[in-house]
Amino acid sequence: MGRRLFYARYDRRNGAVRGAFDGPPMEGIALLRRVSRLLATVAISATLALTAACGESSTESNDNDNGSGNNEQPGVGIAFDVGGRDDHSFNESAARGGDRAEEELGVHIDYQTARNGEADADRVQRLTAMAQAGYNPVIGVGYLYGSAIEQVAQDFPDTTFGVVDSAPEGDNVYGMTFAEHEGSYLAGVAAALKTESGQVGFIGGVQTPLIQKFEAGYVQGVHDTNPDIDVDVRYLYTDDDRGFSDPARAAEQADAMLGDGVDVIYTAAGSSGQGAIETVAGVDGAWAIGVDSDQYQQPGLAEYQDHILTSMVKGVDVAVYDLIEAVQNGEAPHGAHEYTLAEDGVSLATSGGFIDDIADRIDEASQRIVNGDIEVQDTP
Amino acid sequence: MTTLLKRVDREKLVLALAAPLLAVVTALAITSAVMGLTGDNPFRAYQVMVDFGSKSDSQVWIINKAIPYYLSAVAVAVGFRMNLFNIGVDGQYRVAAFFAAVVGGALTLPGFVQIPVIILVAMACGAIWSGIAGYLKATRGVSEVITTIMLNFIAGSLISYFLQEGRLAERDENIIHTPDIPDSSHFFEFSTQVQPIHGTVVIAVLAGIAYWFLLGRTRFGFDLRAVGRSQPAAEASGVSVTRTVITAMLLSGAVAGLVGMPTLLNESGNYGNDFPEGIGFTGIAIALLGRNHAVGMGLAALLWGFLERTGTQLEFEGYPQEIVGVMQGIIVLSVVVAYELVRRWGLRRQQRLVGEELAARAAGTGPRSTDDQDPAEVSA
Repeated sequence: MGRRLFYARYDRRNGAVRGAFDGPPMEGIALLRRVSRLLATVAISATLALTAACGESSTESNDNDNGSGNNEQPGVGIAFDVGGRDDHSFNESAARGGDRAEEELGVHIDYQTARNGEADADRVQRLTAMAQAGYNPVIGVGYLYGSAIEQVAQDFPDTTFGVVDSAPEGDNVYGMTFAEHEGSYLAGVAAALKTESGQVGFIGGVQTPLIQKFEAGYVQGVHDTNPDIDVDVRYLYTDDDRGFSDPARAAEQADAMLGDGVDVIYTAAGSSGQGAIETVAGVDGAWAIGVDSDQYQQPGLAEYQDHILTSMVKGVDVAVYDLIEAVQNGEAPHGAHEYTLAEDGVSLATSGGFIDDIADRIDEASQRIVNGDIEVQDTP
Repeated sequence: MTTLLKRVDREKLVLALAAPLLAVVTALAITSAVMGLTGDNPFRAYQVMVDFGSKSDSQVWIINKAIPYYLSAVAVAVGFRMNLFNIGVDGQYRVAAFFAAVVGGALTLPGFVQIPVIILVAMACGAIWSGIAGYLKATRGVSEVITTIMLNFIAGSLISYFLQEGRLAERDENIIHTPDIPDSSHFFEFSTQVQPIHGTVVIAVLAGIAYWFLLGRTRFGFDLRAVGRSQPAAEASGVSVTRTVITAMLLSGAVAGLVGMPTLLNESGNYGNDFPEGIGFTGIAIALLGRNHAVGMGLAALLWGFLERTGTQLEFEGYPQEIVGVMQGIIVLSVVVAYELVRRWGLRRQQRLVGEELAARAAGTGPRSTDDQDPAEVSA
């Protein structure tokens, strides 16, 4: 009986019962209808007004600005991956290259940073804005910029685009990739020689082919040196770029590894790496291996430097500087270039002197890679 | 009696306008204060935002960006209307987009067949994923907040299991993605003077209309809102709570399945490890902002797009990009707080008016009511 009675009451006294059910914010369908009609009218007229008033696109207005501008070469645009300039690692390495260019070449550098969880449209917008402002070259730091640069480069044929860690196609695109697996091999050799527990660890930010290059080289380096050593491999995220900016999660993983008896941890995870280094520094006799920049030298990590065994340095700064210099000299480099161990594109940092005692073994391994005696795998 | 109702109605209209106005003013005031405190000029920032946001290419960008946001908000709102907090839209749309991309990449049917197939697969996958939470809620009483959050993680793991070379994906340098869907299966676009507007905007509009009609105009919608207000009351009037919960979750998931379609069918053409994430959570904020209203959420989604578009430009002008995140947070908070304040104030005022009317009538000076209603019912 309940239902019929209820609906009958509902029909007779429409507003009141609905009110009882729907609660105050939704009271009265009539009101809702009126508000929605009002909002729709407002929205439509606003859209019409905007479209009518602003047929001009940002490209056109910027062209005008450039025409009256006094600066012929506004400078260089560098767009960072997540984590931002001060990640003490990957982005910071690119920024060092930019800073050096600013100092030595006198160019103006504009840095911008990606938010977490960006879509390609966001990256395209950022790069387009930079190219429109007249920046040349425009450099995207991180492989996520690859496809965005490929798109934007077509619209700005006179601008040189650089991208780190990716090699997209385009006549005006210069891809800078690195032989991370070769550098990581050396890090693996150092880890194998320094571990006392016979267990070493690897923490990757995101399980992408790029980070797997680090893993593959490292594991091979450890096992070629001492096949009995266990390597604990962990990734912070499988497919979420937050992995490069989540120090708390890296700290957690490092803590778990240390608890299992691991005493050397190599972290390839951008700014997340700070978390791992901090945690390792809390345990006596444990070593952290840094990545991308020489992390022993990082002011932000100074209080942990006694635990930073070495760093697998990626010459992003050199690559970025070279590209800016080339463009300043009127060249327009394009194509893909891999910076290898042979040309010091990747190397092992010696700051702190903690690996001086094993320098011979590392130099030997380095020589054999350069000679081609050792072929380092780039997939695990 | 009728005059009183009319007066209350007019008051409600005023209240309905007061809330958004209060919210906007508060949000602007707080944002200005934050910028002022950090030493930036807020008015110049607003100027930059309005100038840049009203350019024609910005408008296109904002609309394209708003499409997935709106769909995500609708998916969340379906749950909200019956007090279900579906936090799992994020996992639902990713699973849906992934399997839709796999199916789309495997088939080569004519576009007019394949596009609907892809969309249906996505809706079905989204519905299945949310249906798990709905089933557990309906039969076991497990809170959907817990299950949907956990299903988000399971979705991430499931995708990264299949999103590997040799399983369901192929590798293109650092990007691993599902095989590209054929060009004929890309959705149409509306060309403008600048970039085209994604044709998937039609899907968003249809979803909005369907949402409005289904929840506001059908008995199912009434049942659904009734369950949201009070389960015992709904049950007493003959509504099957179990069935309504499961149906609502399935619907929410099916709409969530559409969230990835604009990206898949209009932009990327595949699901890769660069597919945007986190839109499901943005949807929660937009549903809150739009008050679960079909048009309101549309405006909120556009506002979100506007803020993101202009945020990048703000960074260009030397403002920290985080200011946009701050603005978004403040706007949502202001809206929620303002609506609650206005609602309480309106309720108190209405009660007072009714009280006065009744007091006047009891004193014999008020207009005699001719209908047979019990006066106390007016306040219900």
